Amino acid sequence: MRFLALAGRRLLAAVPALLIILVGLFLLLQLAPGDTVDALVAQMGGADATMIANLRDYYQLNDTVSVRLGDYLWRLVHLDLGYSAIYGKPVLLVIAERLPATLLLMGSALAIAFSVGMLLGVIAARGVNRWPDTLISTLGLVFYAMPSFWFGLMGIFVFAIWLDWLPSGGFASIGLSLHGLARVLDIAWHLILPTITLSTIFLAIYLRIMRASMLEVSTQDFIRTARAKGAGETRVVVRHMLRNALLPMVTLIGLQAGTMLGGSVVVETVFALPGLGRLAYESVVQRDLNTLLGIVFVSALLVIAINFLVDLLYARLDPRIAGTR
Amino acid sequence: MSATRRQFMLSAAATLVSSAWPSISFSQTEPRRGGVFNVHLGSEQRILNPSLRASTGVYIVTSKIIEALVDLDADGKPVPQLATSWSSSKDGKTITFKLREGVKWHDGKPFTSADVQYNALELWKKQLNYATALQLYLHAVDTPDAHTVVFRYERPMPLDLLLRALVDLGYVVPRHLFEGRNVLENPANTAPIGTGPFKFVEYQRGQYIIAERNPDYWRKGLPYLDRVVWRIITDKSAATAALETGQIQLSAYSQLALADLDRLRKNPKFEVRSKGLEANVFNNTLEFNFRRKELADVRVRRAIVHAIDIKFFIDNFLYGLGKAAAGPIPSSSTFFPKGSQPPYPFDVKRAEALLDEAGYKRGKGGQRFTLKLVPIQNGEDVPLLATFIQQSLEAVGIKVEIVQYDIAGALNAVYKDGSFDIATGWHQYRGDPAVSTTVWYRSGSPAGAPWTNQYGWQSAKVDKLIDDAATEIDPVKRRALYAEWLKSVNEELPIWMATEREFYSVVSRNVQNGHNNARWPSSSWHDTWLKA
Repeated sequence: MRFLALAGRRLLAAVPALLIILVGLFLLLQLAPGDTVDALVAQMGGADATMIANLRDYYQLNDTVSVRLGDYLWRLVHLDLGYSAIYGKPVLLVIAERLPATLLLMGSALAIAFSVGMLLGVIAARGVNRWPDTLISTLGLVFYAMPSFWFGLMGIFVFAIWLDWLPSGGFASIGLSLHGLARVLDIAWHLILPTITLSTIFLAIYLRIMRASMLEVSTQDFIRTARAKGAGETRVVVRHMLRNALLPMVTLIGLQAGTMLGGSVVVETVFALPGLGRLAYESVVQRDLNTLLGIVFVSALLVIAINFLVDLLYARLDPRIAGTR
Repeated sequence: MSATRRQFMLSAAATLVSSAWPSISFSQTEPRRGGVFNVHLGSEQRILNPSLRASTGVYIVTSKIIEALVDLDADGKPVPQLATSWSSSKDGKTITFKLREGVKWHDGKPFTSADVQYNALELWKKQLNYATALQLYLHAVDTPDAHTVVFRYERPMPLDLLLRALVDLGYVVPRHLFEGRNVLENPANTAPIGTGPFKFVEYQRGQYIIAERNPDYWRKGLPYLDRVVWRIITDKSAATAALETGQIQLSAYSQLALADLDRLRKNPKFEVRSKGLEANVFNNTLEFNFRRKELADVRVRRAIVHAIDIKFFIDNFLYGLGKAAAGPIPSSSTFFPKGSQPPYPFDVKRAEALLDEAGYKRGKGGQRFTLKLVPIQNGEDVPLLATFIQQSLEAVGIKVEIVQYDIAGALNAVYKDGSFDIATGWHQYRGDPAVSTTVWYRSGSPAGAPWTNQYGWQSAKVDKLIDDAATEIDPVKRRALYAEWLKSVNEELPIWMATEREFYSVVSRNVQNGHNNARWPSSSWHDTWLKA
């Protein structure tokens, strides 16, 4: 019951934030010159006045901004996200199609970044200022500084064109109707390169945070106490240091949930993946207001949910937090 | 009997084609049946209905599924497709088409004149870009029988203009799926049904479109291919990688980076070619805003053109792919007056002299005046040309500020708000000046219609030439009118057509019978096959 009350309170507090985001974005996009018909005409390579007038009418662009904003919010109350101008179907459907690919890509990239980052961070912290630390920290810096599109294109060049081990792009093999395990493996095979590309950037951040956090915890009194009790090195590192050093990492995951849902425009574009990032980018370029607002709405809801989960996880990792609530 | 005759025609056609295309080696073996042809699609399409949207992005997909009344042959001349023959009345106001018999829609219903009637009056005339202007004076379409349609115009319609335009603007979708329903939200817009050699299977947004062989196609025994798959790859480098790994076999209409085109030219697995896409030609443009008093002076406009070394730009930024244009009619067009030359060749001294003469002497710091340049981002070369213009004009004392917008923003700034001094983008020439070229010069288009005359410039003489040529049914007189028009607009220079360029395809050498007509990427691919 306490859990439900907490969840309800959180959701309620999120409503004003959500409203501000949506209205702000709506107004911001009004400032962008050109509308979705201009974008469409640009894609078609020209159109005459009659057609343009018809289309403006069709997309209801002749109403005033306040009328359209009011319309949008009213529909939102009914949980209707509207119709996508680019795709000609309900926004909810468009997002639902893209969400699994995004979650799969970003989820696996974050999982790899988190676990490998944690491992490397611990190793670096244990060997601070010796060669493993120097090597790992330098590598982290290199990964962080490298533009992801370059890393992705180099990956394609080496593993797809040169070695011919991996596909150069796409989400799954087209035209083969695979089922069950074969399909899972096919998708995994396609996602190897994009996942690694994406995770390198996050990896560097996690690595740095983990290393710093481990070093900080290792000077704490309770570590000395644990050692004094006669706990072995492994036990000290895993049970005492790691558990406490994980807190900032978990915070970071919560913070990056937003990034994750926004997808990665660059990686999705380079690898031709059908993700939310590319969808959002195309919506901006094509001035498809409904789709863009829909993405923001759905992402915001999910970020709120994930941060709620992160809070619960805190309580698991550090009982003191649950006590003060 | 008819089968042998068809075979004879086919082999005759093959011989013809092979002599015209020495660069393709035609193997003596029978075309191989089957196979999947993977094609690059550089941008997502909102709808797949060529009767509502005329653009190469739509044609490259839908022309395999939906057919037009006519298509082009290797020489760029209209040839029968759904229409088998045509004739025009003496006054040019009545044009009669005979339609092919025994053609069926993919859902099994017969294709008849009623379909053409509906498309012409309800879709082409009312909805389709460029066709609403073309069919402005179409007032009735009669269907005396199931395989005859008669187009009735209020003013004379040149037959060659109509035929050339119908190649792009004459696609027919089934009347029974559109009539009485919401046209713009029709499900057949994204799951197209046509009469073509391939049937639509699936459109996965952001990923791919699939079409498969139509076993009941009216060209018996065709097509050869089992499937066509269009892969949506928006990143140019990623598309090149997909070509090199064999994931796709064709990228048409210059959708790859110019640097990659240049590199792939040396790769023996591919052919980089412009022959087979010559039906569409494009120019880099420079539009002048006549609301600026400096630009309203023709001497200033000429001086600006004299100041830009376009040959240098083409050789160094476009990898030599193109040439200086002699005006809005490309040199490959039948309307091109022989021997026309770029009117204002590169000559800095002349530019300086013209500017001085116009009264804009160099002031403090050697500057004459400042212009705002809006690049309309049609392609990767547009920002390059914008910078090149900026530096070239700097040299003659005109300071240029480049204002960056994305394409929707730029169209809005130039064609609706008029908030630019000069702009640069692309102009596309589609076989006949009346299709999409004269609209750049004719006055009277309402503000907000992109790629029309919104420069605050008007010439009664040019307007009259455009109108006369659009209704002149004598081809010789029509050509003469356009030659005169070209001379006038080159003299007045409301827009400078800087370059003249062709589109390029990169195609795998496995693809056979490829690029065997003037708009092959936008044609039906009924005879295309893949070498094993």
